Amino acid sequence: MISQAMVVLVDGINYSAWLFLSAVGLTLIYGVMKIVNVAHGSFYALGAYMAASVVGFWFTNNYPPYLSYFALLFAALLAGFVVGPLIERFLLRYQYGKDEVVILLITYALFLVLEDVLKLVWGVDPYFISEPYELLGNFEIAGMSYPNYYLLMVGLALVVGLSLAFVLNKTRFGRMLVSVIHDREVSAAMGIDVGRVFILTFGAGCSLAAIAGAFTAPTISVTPGLGVEVIVLSFAVVVTGGLGSLPGVALAAIIMGIARAFCIHYIPQLELFVIFSVMALVLSFRPRGLFSLAEARKI
Amino acid sequence: MTLDRTTLRFGAVLALLMLASPFIPQWALFMLTIAGANGLVVLGLMLFLRAGLVSFGQALYFCAGAYTTGLMALLLGVNEMLVLLLASAALSALIAYVLGFLLAKYRAIFFGLLSLAFSMILYGLLVKTEALGSTDGFNVPAVTIAGWLPGSGMVRAAVLGVACVVILFCVSFVQGLLKSPRGLVLTAIRDNEIRTEYMGASARRTIHLIYVVAGALAGFGGSIAAIAVGHIDPTMAFWTTSGEFIFITILGGVGSVVAPFVGALVFGIIHTIAFSYSPNTWQMLIGLSLIFVILLLPDGLWSFVRKVRGLKA
Amino acid sequence: MSNVILHAKQLNKSFGAVTAAADIDVAVEAGSCLGLIGTNGAGKTTFVNMITGYLKPDTGVVEFDGRDITQLPPREITQLGICRSFQIPQLYNSMTALENLEVSFGIVSLIANGGSLFTKSDAIVPGLGKTIRQLAEESLERFDLGQYRDKVARVLPGGVRKVLDIAMAMAVRPKILLLDEPTSGVSAEEKFQIMDMVMKAVRRDNTTVLFVEHDMEIVSRHAERVLAFYDGRIIADDVPDTVLLDPTVVRHIVGSARAATPVGAHDHA
Repeated sequence: MISQAMVVLVDGINYSAWLFLSAVGLTLIYGVMKIVNVAHGSFYALGAYMAASVVGFWFTNNYPPYLSYFALLFAALLAGFVVGPLIERFLLRYQYGKDEVVILLITYALFLVLEDVLKLVWGVDPYFISEPYELLGNFEIAGMSYPNYYLLMVGLALVVGLSLAFVLNKTRFGRMLVSVIHDREVSAAMGIDVGRVFILTFGAGCSLAAIAGAFTAPTISVTPGLGVEVIVLSFAVVVTGGLGSLPGVALAAIIMGIARAFCIHYIPQLELFVIFSVMALVLSFRPRGLFSLAEARKI
Repeated sequence: MTLDRTTLRFGAVLALLMLASPFIPQWALFMLTIAGANGLVVLGLMLFLRAGLVSFGQALYFCAGAYTTGLMALLLGVNEMLVLLLASAALSALIAYVLGFLLAKYRAIFFGLLSLAFSMILYGLLVKTEALGSTDGFNVPAVTIAGWLPGSGMVRAAVLGVACVVILFCVSFVQGLLKSPRGLVLTAIRDNEIRTEYMGASARRTIHLIYVVAGALAGFGGSIAAIAVGHIDPTMAFWTTSGEFIFITILGGVGSVVAPFVGALVFGIIHTIAFSYSPNTWQMLIGLSLIFVILLLPDGLWSFVRKVRGLKA
Repeated sequence: MSNVILHAKQLNKSFGAVTAAADIDVAVEAGSCLGLIGTNGAGKTTFVNMITGYLKPDTGVVEFDGRDITQLPPREITQLGICRSFQIPQLYNSMTALENLEVSFGIVSLIANGGSLFTKSDAIVPGLGKTIRQLAEESLERFDLGQYRDKVARVLPGGVRKVLDIAMAMAVRPKILLLDEPTSGVSAEEKFQIMDMVMKAVRRDNTTVLFVEHDMEIVSRHAERVLAFYDGRIIADDVPDTVLLDPTVVRHIVGSARAATPVGAHDHA
């Protein structure tokens, strides 16, 4: 009984960490820019593919194996902070005043384009870069063996979460972000360079997605189509937590991760279904998610 | 239901098409049938767009319709095309009715991505189900039309003929819907939902209704596609299929009930050329075209509607 | 013998530490015309919102024609016969003035037909004896909006937007019409003209009217009865002349320099 609970808990926490890492970029971009970046999944995939290339290169050339994790990080940041801002500057920037549906379709179109770009650059065959994963070995709890990579993921999630919280609450840039989150126009009127905030946020959000992808890459085979499930799951997590809320996405990730681990232990097919059931359940009590910004009176 | 000018003209075109069918090559008949099937799905998407909504997961109903047809033919031995079509549309409509209770509460991105999620859930279920052939899917047996089993030379034309009848019926229905007071409410929801509620109309009920109609339309489309292709598989529910439907919607515009079919036809031609040329850039082509079309319209897609408001009469 | 068409009983509403409504108790007689005055935040709009279903009171009951409507959604309350106009006009900005009214009467038609899918837009609306288009054109005339018929709502001037908003609310032929600051944002020259025209148009069928106003001259000109709000409470409830001269009202709301003078003492240009 206890060992079963342990299994669920360990799996759950690991999955929660993954959910959080995957989704946090999406909620950040939404919170600041009020757009849902459907191409979020593509950046995750981009991160995974960049990681595949960089790590492949790393181990082929026998560089110090324990530094490969920094290679992963570097690959992801490169992907996010180069491609992201390019897209923001040359495409999204012109769409901010438009109809909601238009922005939605544009990021969706972007998603379509990026999926094929990835195929063109990296081909359709799977990549395996399991070295960083295997390198760490295993640990034991209650007689069950788990990869130490789990600890890395959880650690990464904690670092990312806490860093973001620190930036948002304690730094000047963070306070500008919060201001823009609340009201774009007033922030601009106060002298905040909203354009600069946008491009940096978009870059950061895409990088976070890429980081999630990069660090997941060693645990899976990197193939086309990685991105779709990510956008769908991330969206569920973000909405449940409350669009734009950092503590929200963390809490939602924890709840969903454990719920999923619990359910697939008994019925594996229900994976996606479980996540969405949790979302539907939360939304029926709190239609705007677990934590949401107060909304001004419309009429 | 309405027999207005647009519907009658469209009907005349379809009738002419069928009269000319003995002279149309087999591959063209096939392409027209698929265009018709896609057009039906897009007819539903057009309704959503009028209300300011985009469904990223309409492939769910397309696939549900296809699998209903396939399973009924394979397992229950039902071969009568009209029965298959009606049953598929009915089941899709039922699923839409149930899911609509949740979805009709949401707008914009929520609506879009929730619908995507549901279609991916179906995809996942189908892929994991060995009994349904998993990723390979299965073949659809030949169909009969009012008892008559068309010979191999006549099959394509016959299927197209039945499809045309169904399409005309659907177009007439949707046209009637758009011209009714309910149709006015659709555009009103997009423009100012609060006001609409304060006038006594239920936005949720209208969207739920549209969702069921669109589900039925997609069910018809999936069924026709299944019969025309003779094979079904889970990719019919995959997000890329939904993406193609969206692309056709934008291509055709929302100005008229005929637009989806025009868009679907153009899409069919592009697909035949581009996909065989370079299958790995197909998504990219759709995406770039979508961006291109959107950027060209400074007021967004709605400028389409305003330009063709004259057609409303 | 006039009857009570609307009775708000002991309404209380708080938002955290802010008391928006405290022990509000008002009985409105059918066919009457009430003015609601008070400074911003005094509770006038909260009162209107509670009656129309946008807000639910913490305690208390709203009765319409003897029926408890407190927990009903705005949509149902409208269908029962209470309609409102908005402080910030809620129009269909992408449509012309005529189309705005067509949609309004379209909704009326939809409801009258029980939500049927099969009515045509050019059919006669049950109970009103005319088509949607005819009703819309008629409404344009009644509210003096003829010249804006084909202009898109987004570009209409502020005063016109207000009137259109009210015209749309009247499409449902409400028994009670609530006007939320009908002349706010309208220029000083046009205020009286617009209010006169609106009142004439809406009072034709003896509709009960409640209007929120900041301009005391308009209040004394059109209201038969005035409710003065302050700090979530009603501090005066009487005919305009009495209320507007009440010392508490003068102190908190009107100000002694602007104390109202009897109707007719002004020269409305």
